[in-house]
Amino acid sequence: MYPPKFDYYRAGSPDEAVALVQEHGGKFLAGGHSLIPVMNLRLADPGALVDIGRLDMKGISSNGSGVTVGALTTHAMVAASGDVPTALSEAAGKIGDPQVRNRGTVGGNIAHADPASDLPTVLLALRATIHTNGRSIPADDFFVDLFTTALDEGEIITSVSVASEAANTGSAYAKLPNPASRYAMVGAAAQVTIENGVCAAASVAIGGLTPKATRASSVEAALVGQPLNSATLTAAAAAVTNDLDPDDILGDIHASADYRQQMASVFVRRALEAAVSRAS
Amino acid sequence: MGNYVGKSMKRVEDPRFIQGKGRYVANLTLPGMVYLAIKRSPYAHAKINSIDASAAEALDGVLGVFTGQDLLNDGVGALPCGWQVPNIKIPVQYALQVDKVRHVGDRVAIVVAESPYIAYDALDLIEVDYDPLPAAIGAKAAMDAGILVHDEIANNLSYTWEIGDKAARDKAFAEADHIIELYLINQRLIATAMEPRAAVAQWNEFTEEMTLWTTSQNPNLTRVVISAFTLQIPEHKLRLISPDVGGGFGSKIPHYPEEILVPWAARKLNRPVKWVSTRSEAAVSDTQGRDHVTKARLAVQNDGTVTGLDVNTWADNGAYLSIVAPLIPTAFYITLLSGLYKIPGIYGNMWGTLSNTVWVDAYRGAGRPEASYVVERLMDLAAQKLGMDPVEFRKKNLIPAEDFPYQTPVALQYDSGNYQGLFAEAEKLSNYAQLRAEQAQARQNGRLVGIGVAGCIEASGPAPSAVAGALGGVTGFWESGSIRVHATGKVTVLTGAHSHGQGHDTTFRQIVADQFGIKPDDIDISHGDTAVITNGMGTYGSRSTSVGGSALVRSAEKVRGKMMKLAAHLLEADEADMAFDAASGNFHVKGSPDKAKSFGELAFAAYTAHSMPAGMEPGLEEDTYYDPANFTYPNSAHIAQVEVDKETGHITVQKYFAVDDVGNVINPMIVRGQVIGGIAQGVGQALWEGAHYDSTGQLVTGSLLDYTMPRADGFPMIQTSRTVTPSPHNPLGVKGVGEMGTIASTPTIVNAVMDALAPLGVQHIDMPLTAEKVYAAIHAANGGGH
Ligand SMILES: Cc1cc2nc3c(=O)[nH]c(=O)nc-3n(C[C@H](O)[C@H](O)[C@H](O)COP(=O)(O)OP(=O)(O)OC[C@H]3O[C@@H](n4cnc5c(N)ncnc54)[C@H](O)[C@@H]3O)c2cc1C
Repeated sequence: MYPPKFDYYRAGSPDEAVALVQEHGGKFLAGGHSLIPVMNLRLADPGALVDIGRLDMKGISSNGSGVTVGALTTHAMVAASGDVPTALSEAAGKIGDPQVRNRGTVGGNIAHADPASDLPTVLLALRATIHTNGRSIPADDFFVDLFTTALDEGEIITSVSVASEAANTGSAYAKLPNPASRYAMVGAAAQVTIENGVCAAASVAIGGLTPKATRASSVEAALVGQPLNSATLTAAAAAVTNDLDPDDILGDIHASADYRQQMASVFVRRALEAAVSRAS
Repeated sequence: MGNYVGKSMKRVEDPRFIQGKGRYVANLTLPGMVYLAIKRSPYAHAKINSIDASAAEALDGVLGVFTGQDLLNDGVGALPCGWQVPNIKIPVQYALQVDKVRHVGDRVAIVVAESPYIAYDALDLIEVDYDPLPAAIGAKAAMDAGILVHDEIANNLSYTWEIGDKAARDKAFAEADHIIELYLINQRLIATAMEPRAAVAQWNEFTEEMTLWTTSQNPNLTRVVISAFTLQIPEHKLRLISPDVGGGFGSKIPHYPEEILVPWAARKLNRPVKWVSTRSEAAVSDTQGRDHVTKARLAVQNDGTVTGLDVNTWADNGAYLSIVAPLIPTAFYITLLSGLYKIPGIYGNMWGTLSNTVWVDAYRGAGRPEASYVVERLMDLAAQKLGMDPVEFRKKNLIPAEDFPYQTPVALQYDSGNYQGLFAEAEKLSNYAQLRAEQAQARQNGRLVGIGVAGCIEASGPAPSAVAGALGGVTGFWESGSIRVHATGKVTVLTGAHSHGQGHDTTFRQIVADQFGIKPDDIDISHGDTAVITNGMGTYGSRSTSVGGSALVRSAEKVRGKMMKLAAHLLEADEADMAFDAASGNFHVKGSPDKAKSFGELAFAAYTAHSMPAGMEPGLEEDTYYDPANFTYPNSAHIAQVEVDKETGHITVQKYFAVDDVGNVINPMIVRGQVIGGIAQGVGQALWEGAHYDSTGQLVTGSLLDYTMPRADGFPMIQTSRTVTPSPHNPLGVKGVGEMGTIASTPTIVNAVMDALAPLGVQHIDMPLTAEKVYAAIHAANGGGH
């Protein structure tokens, strides 16, 4: 596999990275696990790569109410973290295989915005904020379409932040992986807060099966104020159909659009069940 | 049992492999080496109008761009087919296509450049003007497609083959209480060896010698083909070297166009040339496997006796006939349809077709897994119909131990077997009765738990050369084995077999060590270099130990015979009074163990030659060409438990038990490794793998993003056991082991899943049993409701 010719620059700071991309064009290089494959297949020819891999944007910090994950934090680090909400560590742990998790980064994953990626779905459900060199973007506004985000040309993600998970809140990520690539064919993320035996807050997202991850507001609406038992969870999960436009659902040889649609409610329910069991 | 045979010695080859220090063709760098890349067709079927290479040729660092016409001008010959059944129509295949491409990945031009990067840049600059044509797709459908892959081959039908006892079959079906019918697809697979293919060639303009390093399972055989048919470099001027090779599974048997293009370019440019396949190229150029459509019927009596089997199969060969492609669905398939069972009326018929897809040839098991799959699916359906337990049903039909050697109605004569003992061991290992009791409980709880069983046979160790010749083989199938004892008592062993993961270095050392009573460390195994091994047939068909190992035993016997004479002479004893002690390696006078000459002393004496018996030449080297008397017939009974997730259709393999009878065992650890690896590959076919071509002939599963390989996390711990029924016709008593696991595990797993779905009335789902297919079957059985 031989990519087309490109120039290589290594940035010493986020600002320098931005300046290098502005000057030479091209792309940021983080873990390289989405970018290099498309270059090797000659589907991308960025001309220049600005390596951001050594910038100080790696690691997870928590201040009690919130958790910040540096853009260069690897999936393996997120998977091993006890500070991030369970849904996030669970999703990171289900990405690819150990090699991918040790190289791939949170920033690269969401900047690439592959429809089959796991992190966009979770970050939507966790109402995360994406921080760049110039601004902060709510996850709801960040993912625009297939391989398309709200990032401007040359804008660099520096970190992602989410609220810490309180004891009465639980979250989970349930995934139907593509058997070959292990990317998500259906991924469901849920976070629920329980007060006095009923659902005080619910946040649910579904991805993998549509061009971009989608908030499952019908499911959320069906949960809030309800006692969380098997019947209410099943009924709420079934409502995900209302959040999906059947014409939008992707299909391939591994899973047709029809099958994915049917699996959406199954995996939303599984995510909800796990989230509820984790909220004490 | 000797000092070493029968022991689980650690593999001597592993330290280099597990440290990443194996030496593969791709590791080779020669001074002045340049790189070759191949322009491949993006279409399954298209007319080539013109090729414009001017921009590519103008690129800095490009040494040349060449097309099929350049090869024709040089007189390069077409690739031959080495298995010619009667009336076969063999399509012409050149290394580069001139007027038409016939599958995605077909070769149209080559670039040679100073670096691989430049070569790939240049590929993008070659303009090929195509007229795309509709594609003929599908083993059976291609016959009626009205689209010809090769104009001269009507209906895309290259050959047919049939064998069996028609009268006995007709009688069986006329008198049957039940007829079980099955239509099945044995899907196309992509071998996906860990190491992609590669070639490096170096030309010596003065001696006119060509050296070709290539990833072959059989370098000697490929050398013959290159010399006799394609490049026609005289055999004594052509050296092939296959160093460490990272898996083949059949896909590295054929002589490939790249093995023509690379040396041709090396000679043309007088520079060493290297080509290394990418994974994407491998998917559209390595030979693929299986691809049958089959209609089969089984005749059964009320008491569970199977009396007849009738099979019609369409086998897709792809766009061209690869080297032994016609062997696989003929003599390696129909002849195996008797399985482990005494079935009087068997008849098989097949149509070998061509299509606009990548060529198909041997893939681990090669024909024999396809046969076992047909038989074992039918056995399960029949047992179900009669309400019999599938193990009991099979046991009722096993060939009795006293019937060996057993002549089947489909040509083969099984050498030895104890199938009752095999099944008894499988029931014991799996605790079968307990498994069934647990399944009944699980079913009560609404779970879809299934237990699958399969009993399988393989004809391994190809082949008696005369039989191969009678069945269409262009070549013989002996193996060479030479022993060179050095003056210092060390031993070099030359074998025509080729190890690409099998562990020959270890197994053959154990064999030879025990022949002489010496240590394995004093022996070195040489293979894969035609300058060292003059003639050989290579490794495929689970043949290396039974054929290649037997050649070594014969050579060792000859060496020992000479040593015995020499020892008698030196000890001034009569040869008739001498004995060999295999434990110590001493040749001694009977009854007087201290009146002896050691192996080392005799080796030295043979080369000093100061005192030789009258007429004896100095030296201690012997050669053997071993031609087996028959195939060997390893057999297995496997049992697995699976559970199906009702909500998603996802299958979990929960338990796997394998009992294999591979005759005597040289190294139990290696045998177990072969069985387990084989099982993983066979389960891969059952559950995950499948080459998928769309109606235009595009390979949808052209990368590992879409082609699902088996992975460790899809398996429970596999439990293995063996029964031992030696082969009576080779000196080691061994049978093949390389393919048994693959052959048995595919039907075992499919039967288990169908058993899980049996309460829903599901009878058959074609492989791979993807979650969606299983979900759809469950869904349909439940009346379509959600
Ligand atoms: C075999 C395999 C399996 C995989 N399986 C999964 C899976 O199951 N689930 C899943 O979600 N993902 C999967 N991935 C993708 C993996 O998570 C990637 O690592 C990730 O999507 C990209 O991260 P990266 O750090 O490698 O980014 P890179 O490949 O380096 O970059 C990707 C893109 O993001 C841009 N970029 C990178 N960092 C930044 C930044 N800080 N700011 C702005 N732009 C940036 C780059 O310019 C580029 O366009 C898999 C990948 C492979 C190779």
